Amino acid sequence: MLSIENISAGYDAKVVLQDVTMKANAGDFVGLIGPNGSGKTTLLRVISNILPPKKGHVLLDGTKLQKISRRNLAKSMACLSQNLSLDLPFTVREVTLMGRTAHLSRIGTETHRDLEIAEEAMVLADVSHLADRLITEISGGERQRVFIAMCLAQEPAVLLLDEPTSHLDIAHQLSALDLIRKLNRKNSMTVIAVFHDLNLAGEYCDKILVLDDGVVESFGSPENVLTSDMILKVYGVKVPVERNPVSNKPHIILTADMNHSGNIKREACDPD
Amino acid sequence: MLLTVLLGACMLSLFVGAVFVPVGEMFQSGVIQLRLARILLAVVAGAGLSVAGVVFQALLRNPLAEPYVLGVSSGAGLGAAIAIIIGAGIMGIWTLPTMAFAGAVITIFVVYSLARSAGGAVPVHTLLLSGVIVSAVLGSILMFIVSICPSENLHNVVWWLLGNLQIFDWQLLRVVSAVVAACVVVTVLFARDLNVMTLGEEPAAHLGLNVELTKKMFFLVASLMTGATVAACGLIGFVGLIVPHSVRLIVGPDHRRLVPASAMAGAIFLVLADGFARTVIAPMEIPIGVITAFLGGPFFLFLLRRRKRSYWS
Repeated sequence: MLSIENISAGYDAKVVLQDVTMKANAGDFVGLIGPNGSGKTTLLRVISNILPPKKGHVLLDGTKLQKISRRNLAKSMACLSQNLSLDLPFTVREVTLMGRTAHLSRIGTETHRDLEIAEEAMVLADVSHLADRLITEISGGERQRVFIAMCLAQEPAVLLLDEPTSHLDIAHQLSALDLIRKLNRKNSMTVIAVFHDLNLAGEYCDKILVLDDGVVESFGSPENVLTSDMILKVYGVKVPVERNPVSNKPHIILTADMNHSGNIKREACDPD
Repeated sequence: MLLTVLLGACMLSLFVGAVFVPVGEMFQSGVIQLRLARILLAVVAGAGLSVAGVVFQALLRNPLAEPYVLGVSSGAGLGAAIAIIIGAGIMGIWTLPTMAFAGAVITIFVVYSLARSAGGAVPVHTLLLSGVIVSAVLGSILMFIVSICPSENLHNVVWWLLGNLQIFDWQLLRVVSAVVAACVVVTVLFARDLNVMTLGEEPAAHLGLNVELTKKMFFLVASLMTGATVAACGLIGFVGLIVPHSVRLIVGPDHRRLVPASAMAGAIFLVLADGFARTVIAPMEIPIGVITAFLGGPFFLFLLRRRKRSYWS
């Protein structure tokens, strides 16, 4: 279980998150949404212990993150950063094996078991047919799935994703999210993912956390959170929210010349 | 395979020189000792500079990073020049390499801090620019020191600055060889961490790497190799650029193969370049730094042009 308690965090004097509290049970699929600069990525950086919080703490199965070493944390938590890139011509298998870093001895090489786990991760992420191809020579959608395979090779209990589907076309968006949800359901892997597309967030998430200027606006099921009022308040646009006729999830209707309230949030300077 | 080539190159280099010396005479005259020592220095400097280049390229995620381009060599050179001017001092034989190492460490720290943006990224162009600027400033201080240098030392200092493999101190050769060998071994042992670092600092941390510690260790190791090499043979540029890129084309980007292969290839490259330097206008000698810069400059431009397609090889 992942428990985020009264987190305040920021960069130097700038406060980005204020008093954020959230709980995710094992197997939850949690979406983080909010306007640009609202602190979504910063929250992920706090959860992954990259950015130490100024106040509050994050508990992973009851242990404070600060008390877990980088190596041990990487054995139970994986994070797919936004715009992860690799310009060197490593093979897909080599990249997937990098996910085993925390499991290897300090100067050891991969064992047979590490290779097996990497093969399995590649099968799950549907990239095993690319195993010997170079990461620099495959498509953007394939590359994203390779990085997911790398995260899976960590054998994490918690998977953090920062806009995993940005830059992907809709087919790849859906296949990546389907894959993540399959793992989430099958292995009860906790998933915390930043979304920009509210409809996709509604489709895939069990719970959604709305951040507005570093403060939790609401936290709950998509049906309770994704409302016309919330979107007007947080994003400053007036949109109707209907039901998706197929999945019965909330569905935001976007039209041209939308009657926005005139107070669109000025894009805050995003420190990352 | 590379080892065979290296041995071959050493043999070849052993028998070429300003004057042809028959094998028998070589042993009697002591020429063999001089030439062997010189070959050893070429091996050490070639390996050290190449591996330092590999390390800088991985840590900075920048294909153009290299001790000379980053100004680290100039920093080491300045440290060494100060050591030469003020004399051996209290540390005896260690003064020169220590001062060179200090110069290298300070320089990489300054260049890195200047180039690093608020978000922690090190953009390619900023890094090169700060390297060039820091290099220029260090160069001017170095020229100042040269200009106030007593004229009887002048030829030595200038000759050393141009980069050359003449043995002027046997003790120093031992120290430098030991330092470079140790650093290459450490780099090979932790080569896998360099692979992970090429993903970027945050992703590397997510994979469980202690990024700050890894970075410090490798900056230190690369600076040590650069400092030691510069102390022994002055400024030899672009070896850390030419060798790793060529080797990467053959063995791929995995540092567990790239580091040892670059060490070997760097040794071969400098041994051959030195053989060339000694013979081509014999009995005169070309400073080896002149040869590597002559080859390395165009190579750098070639990489810079290619970069539009891909950052690496």
